[in-house]
Parts: sequence; structure tokens; C-alpha cells
Amino acid sequence: MIMLSQLSEELKGGSSEEYVSRLFEKIKKSRLNGFTTLAEKSALLAAREFDRSPGTGRLAGVPIAIKECISTRGIETNCSSRILRGYVPPYDAHVVERLKSEGAIIMGKANMDEFAMGTSTETSCFGPTKNPWDTTCVPGGSSGGSAAVVAGGEAPAALGSDTGGSVRCPASFCGIVGLKPTYGMVSRYGLVAYANSLEQIGPLTHTVEDTALLMEVIAGHDPRDSTSVGTKSYSFLSGLEGGVSGMRIGIPQECFGEGVDRQVEKAVWQAIHTLEGLGASWQTVSLPHTRYALAAYYVIAMSEASSNLARFDGLRYGLREGEDKDWHTTFSAIRAQGFGPEVKRRILLGTYALSAGYYGRYYLKALKVRTLIKQDFLKAFGQVDILASPTMPIPAFKIGERINDPLSLYLADVFTVPINLAGVPAISVPCGFAGRLPIGLQLIGPHFGEATVLKAAQAFESATSFHERSPEVV
Amino acid sequence: MEDVIIGLEIHVQLNRLASKMFCGCSTAYHNCQPNSHTCPVCLGLPGSLPVLNKKAVEYGIKVGLALNCKIEEETLFYRKNYYYPDLPKGFQISQYDYPLATAGHIMILGDDGAERNIRINRAHMEEDPGRLVHAGTIDKAKYTMVDYNRCGMPLLEVVTEPDLCSPKEARAFLDKLKSILEYLEVFDGSLEGAMRVDANISLKGGDRSEVKNISGFKGVEKALSYEITRQRNLARRSIKVVQETRHFDEIRNITVSIRSKVGAHDYRYFPECDLVVLRIASWVPAIREALPELPDAKRERFVRQYGLADDHAKSLTSEIRVANFYETVAKMAAPRLAAVWIADVLKGELNYRDMAIDAFRAEDMAEIVQMLDEKKITEDGAVQIIRSLLDKKGGSPQEVVAALGLGKAEGDAVQRAVREAVAESGAAVADYRAGSERALNFIVGKVMKKTKGKASAAEVHRLVKEEVDRA
Repeated sequence: MIMLSQLSEELKGGSSEEYVSRLFEKIKKSRLNGFTTLAEKSALLAAREFDRSPGTGRLAGVPIAIKECISTRGIETNCSSRILRGYVPPYDAHVVERLKSEGAIIMGKANMDEFAMGTSTETSCFGPTKNPWDTTCVPGGSSGGSAAVVAGGEAPAALGSDTGGSVRCPASFCGIVGLKPTYGMVSRYGLVAYANSLEQIGPLTHTVEDTALLMEVIAGHDPRDSTSVGTKSYSFLSGLEGGVSGMRIGIPQECFGEGVDRQVEKAVWQAIHTLEGLGASWQTVSLPHTRYALAAYYVIAMSEASSNLARFDGLRYGLREGEDKDWHTTFSAIRAQGFGPEVKRRILLGTYALSAGYYGRYYLKALKVRTLIKQDFLKAFGQVDILASPTMPIPAFKIGERINDPLSLYLADVFTVPINLAGVPAISVPCGFAGRLPIGLQLIGPHFGEATVLKAAQAFESATSFHERSPEVV
Repeated sequence: MEDVIIGLEIHVQLNRLASKMFCGCSTAYHNCQPNSHTCPVCLGLPGSLPVLNKKAVEYGIKVGLALNCKIEEETLFYRKNYYYPDLPKGFQISQYDYPLATAGHIMILGDDGAERNIRINRAHMEEDPGRLVHAGTIDKAKYTMVDYNRCGMPLLEVVTEPDLCSPKEARAFLDKLKSILEYLEVFDGSLEGAMRVDANISLKGGDRSEVKNISGFKGVEKALSYEITRQRNLARRSIKVVQETRHFDEIRNITVSIRSKVGAHDYRYFPECDLVVLRIASWVPAIREALPELPDAKRERFVRQYGLADDHAKSLTSEIRVANFYETVAKMAAPRLAAVWIADVLKGELNYRDMAIDAFRAEDMAEIVQMLDEKKITEDGAVQIIRSLLDKKGGSPQEVVAALGLGKAEGDAVQRAVREAVAESGAAVADYRAGSERALNFIVGKVMKKTKGKASAAEVHRLVKEEVDRA
């Protein structure tokens, strides 16, 4: 394994083009189905340019995979949905601009659940991505492609997006690091919206240091996103080695119990004890309203989605099939053909929840629950510095095992969605294995507490070797 | 009309802003290529986000204050969800709860000639959708094109209470609103689609119909008049008015049903999370401070300061440009005379030619008023100068006077003509001396003929009388 900063230095020897070509060769032979669109030509061109003149960017020459739902100028951006096939954006997302300005090379787009709606990357119109640790298992979702290509050695790093766990879940299932930043820390300009009040773009990398580096590149205020806050740039690397001595860790009592896999529970407790051994202390805390989190999350996310996805009508871009009739018939036909069943389910439920007479009963109530959950977190952070929990209650499950049981899929998000509702940052780091399958530890910080979370994650990673293991995929 | 109840919803484009509501695109799209004034944001491309034009909110507050509204402490935006090809996001960013301004009022001249207070329910901000261009008429077009240049234009929707009693009052309200908006310099009414009106109308005791998207104030009057007749006819035949939305057909001057309220839209309003809640209370004092003098205040001042008649003051203040024009002239020439000539003559001549006040130079007007005041020209001559200048037939008023020989005949010339005329009119002089005052008119007519109408008739009458009496 090689750090991104180190990789960038090594590539300055003039071998970027060769390195990028090797990755593309590997991807083409891969069984993971992690990439949807490869930007081979432009990536090789950029690599050749880098070899001629490496520049001073902090990610100079480093190839990076971008989740399907992040807008890339000149590279198809379809959110793994039929309805957006053929849409090539005329503009780069803020995060892509930032990556490019630091010299990173955009490799292509990574597979995902259609419109980020899923926990398994099985709802993609390109078919499921496979988990590199066991190709009969899912990689998690919705940023499953991003996680799988990093874990599988097809890209040194990737960007994902996290609406209810979509970065942390696949990071956990694929044994890598994934961070969901504080809401407002990273500009969403160019992120195709699923549930815009909940989601953030976050890095997926092999190491905590790489995540810190990518965060330094992508975080910071962007005037094009009114919800982006804070200063223009942040420093995460400088305090990374600060250690956890004296750090108070809260263990939400709601996070262990029914539904949590025994091996997961064991690995996470071991991780907590590791941190304790490094000088941290722990205590149980309570987040009493998190039991309503899943219900509130799905009402809010689906409501927002029903509106966010209304623009896909085939009129200006994307799918346009069949004979044109009057606009209403044509829009309906395109949406019926273009959206997959999970997306339709969420649009219908969200539309229902926002309807006159139901708004107060569902959406408004969910917002109230959201406020209570946020208060739970604020209260907990009055007592402790960070919270620790399993990222996912289970290790990766088999492809096809749960796809026809949406409720059991939704339940898997139980530890990740409260974080999005509260808007706080959380990281998933590898903390063990259940057989061949990785287990993730989730460390949660207060609003804008990324530095603390990264510091704790770094301390844990330095004391353990889970991140050094690689899957053997062909 | 005591039984008529009318309420208006007026969509005002804040078209004096340089950029659109939520993106940096220019608002100067009129007469430009379709879809040339667009970007990822106003086209609603996947991943784009709105950024509020702060100036648009300031303009909105300005209007709210001018309409005597209460400005909310905080305001926020909502999504209004519906599908239509001119709406690229599938929702319109609008306001719902906590609109910018509520509970205002303005005064209009009512049908009975008295001032009437018309209450404003609210004024809220939203983005304009694009524009559909049908290949042919709306019902027969083979295809339709969409132009998104207008998409994202800042709109202010002003909603009245149902306080208006006739189409004429509706018109008076719109005139007043337009006047205020132009005073505030937030609005240019001359641009296409700058103001669109939805009118709700019912007869007492009946259900209401809503006539949507009427452009032009005459259109509003006509549509409402048609609706009153239609609803009265229904009532006469004991048929209930259906609550519905109707379209005003400008060519046939009728309204036609487009949908009944039974299948009314559920717009599923909910807060737009891509924008943050705006605390605007602190903006208000500075905006209030900077408010210009509004039409009513200006009218009162004109009466006070220049001693004008109320109707002249009203006529001069209904349009800010006319008011400014008048004040410029009033600085250079007799204010009361200037008021009469601008309000009664110049405005009429401009109207007739479909011209705006800026087609005439204030300096020219001042010169004309001065010449009138000094009796250098006749009233008839002044009208001719104005017409000639408007029709671009001359340079300065002086030049027109010279060219057309409009200078008032004076002194010697008139005296000579009087003497000649008296000498030539022995019979008339005899009649006069016999006691017929009217006989002098014959002589006056002769003098006028000799001076080619350039002399003042009253003056000539006096001179003739003197001449005859002296002889």
C-alpha cells in the first residue's frame, strides 16, 4: 500500500502514464464492475502531460475515481440510471475542480446504487458491483463502485457521497477508510441531489492520512453552494498524529444489541479497548431518539428525492425513447422506462409524504424528530469528544440476498443515518474481519470536529494493521 | 358594481436587476437568441444549486415597504412542485409560509371618484419559468419549442385581498402599482412579459373563477368585463358558476375554461433546503431610509410647492419620468403654466403618437412655456411647435417659430392692420356707433386675416375698439 502523497512523489520520476495505463488494463480485466465510464483518453493525456511537467499540485499525477453522481465536464454522469444515459455535463463539480487544480487525474466514474438509493450497489442500471473480498458479496452502497475500486487496487482513491451512510457503509464492507464530512463542509455544487439536506461528498481511501489529504483539497467554502460554510480551506494533516491520550469516547448504548452481528460487536469492542490502551477513556452515552432515526430519515430522504428527481423528464438531456406525444404522456413514459423499481418506490413514497394532508403527519414530524436527534448528539458531545459505534451492524451480505426485501436493507442503515440527520462528521475505519469480510469502526465527531475524528482514526490505524490487508482479486 | 368581487395576483418581473434570481445569467435577454442566456443553474442541470441574488430580495423589500407591508423578520424559500416543459427542475423556487411581505395596502381612485384603500395580502418572491413557443396556435400546434432565457428571472408576486369592485378599479390598481414600481426603479414596464396578472372574480354569493396569465392592463379590463357578463348570464339562468381556471383569449376577447378546481394541483410545498433562512429584519431600516418619494407624496408636494390643481398634479406624477420632466421644466419656466401644458397638451400629443416623455426635451418645453408666458406665441402656435418637434420637422422651438412664422404679430404690424381694417369698414363702424357692439367682430376678423392669425384676438379686439372710439 502506498500513500497518495508518496505516490505523487514517486510518479514524478516520469512514470504516471505507465501507472495509469496499468490501472486501466487491470480495470478492463476486472470482475468487480466497479467502473461505469472510463475516461481513458483524457486520463492518459493528463498523465502524459504530468510526466512532461509534474507541477506542484498536492495530488499531482494521482488518478482518482469519481462516483457516478458527481458532475464531470465531458465525462458522462448518469447516476447509474437509465434515465440519464448519455448525459455529458458541461461543467465540473466543485470537488472535481479542486482535485484537478491539485493535479489529480480523473480516471472515470464509479458505479453506485441508482441515484444513490441503496445499501448494496445492486440497483445500478449497470448491474451490481462486487465486493473485492468476496465477489459473491455486495460492496455496500451506495458508493459501492468507489469503495470496491479502491479496495480492489483499481484506483488509489475515490470520491463518494453519503446521504445516509453511502460512503461509510461501502468503506466498512470493503475494508477501507471513508469519511462523511459535517454538512456544509464540502460544497455540493455538482453533486446530483438525492436528498439535499442530508448529503455530503466524502473521500474513500486506504489510509486515514489519505482521507485527511483529500479533505484538505475538497473542503472549504464555495459561494455556489449556499449551505457550504466555514473558511476557504482547512488543515487536517498537521494535527493528525496528536494521539488520543485523554480523549473521551462515548459509546451509544443504542448501538449494541439486537440485530448486531456478534463478530461485528466483538471487533468494535476490541477497537474501543485499543483506543483505551492508547490513552483514551470511554463511557456509555444515550442517544434516545435514534430509535426514530430510520423512519425520519426515510421520510425526509424520499420526500426530497421526489422533488429532486422531478427534473428528469427526457426533455433537455438523458433518455428519450419512443414516439413523442403530448408532454404529459411523453414525460410519464420516459420516467416509467428510465427509473428502476427502487427509485420509483422512493419517488412514490416521497410524493405521498409531501401531499396535502400528509405533510404534517410525515414530513413535518420527521423534521421534528431530526431536531431531537441533533439535540441528542449535542448533549452527548457535551460529555465526550467523539462517539464510537459499528459502522454497519453486519458484514457484507450476498448479492441478491436482500434486494427483494427493501425493509431489511433500510434497517442496515441504522447506525449511519442518525449522523446525516444530525449533520455531524463520521469516519469508518477497518477494525477487523468476519471470516474474509472486513468490519468497520465508526467514529463520530461534533459539527466541524473532523480534525478530532481524523486524529482518533489515525491513532487507531497506527496501532492496528487491518488497513494493510488487501483482498486477492483477479 | 356592488356585487362584483375581484382580487388580483400580479407577477412583476424585477427586470431592472442585472442578473437572474439564483444565478449570474444576465436579465437582458429580450430580442436575443433563444436559450442564449442560460447556465447549469437556470437550466436546472443535475447537480447545480441556486444562489440567491441578494439585490432581488432588497428590491422585494423595497416594494413591500412601498406597498405599506409588514416585512417579516425571517423569510425562506419553498419548492412548488409541478411538471411543465417550461420548468426545468420540475419545481419552482417560490415562497409559501413566511413570505417577504404581508398585510399592506395602497390607495386608488374608486369608481365613485373617492379614494379607496385596497389591501395587499402578501408579496412573495419566486423565479420565472421559461417560455413555450408554439408552432401555430396553442391547440393546433404540431410542436412546441422552449426558450429558457426567461427562466430564473426574479419575480415578485403581489396578491391583493378581494377588495376591487369593477374592471375599472382593477385597472386603476394596476396603474398605481406600476407607477410605484417604476418610482422604485425596480421595474421597467415597457419590456415584454414584465407584468402578468391572474384575476379572481365572483359575484356576491357565487363561486369564483380565476383568469390566468393576462398580459396588458387593457386585457385585464376586458377579461374581467367578459367574466362579469358571463357570470351574470349564468346567474340569470340559475346556473351555478363553476370554480375553475380560465384562459383569456386576447384575439376573441373571451375567457375559456382550462381546468376545473376539482382536479386542482397539489403543489407539495416544502422548504428549499439548498437555500438558507434569510434574516431580513436588519436590512429594513436602510432600505426604508433610501426609499424615494412615492407617487402620492409627490402629488401632494406638487400641489403644495407649485400650486397646481390636484388633477394636474396627479397626471404629472403617475409616471416617474413625466414627474421628473415636469420638475426640470418647472425650474426654468412658470410652474403652473408648465403643468397645464405638459399635462393637458404634451401628454396627449405623445399618447397619440405612442411616444414616451423622453422623446421630448425638457429645455424645449421650458422655452415654449416661456414664450407663452411672455406672450410671444399664441396657444395655437405652441401646439404647432410641440407637434413639429415631435414629428422631427424642426430644431429648436425658436427655429420652428421662425420657420413656420409663428411669432405673435406685434406692435406696428398689428396697429397698421387695425388702422387699415377700420378705414376699410365704414359700414361696420357706423353700426357700432349706432349701438351694435357685435359689429366690431367683423373688423376684428379682418385684422386677424391681415395678421394671418398671429395676433391675439382679445388684444386685437381692444385695439379696434380704441381706434374706432378715438376716430
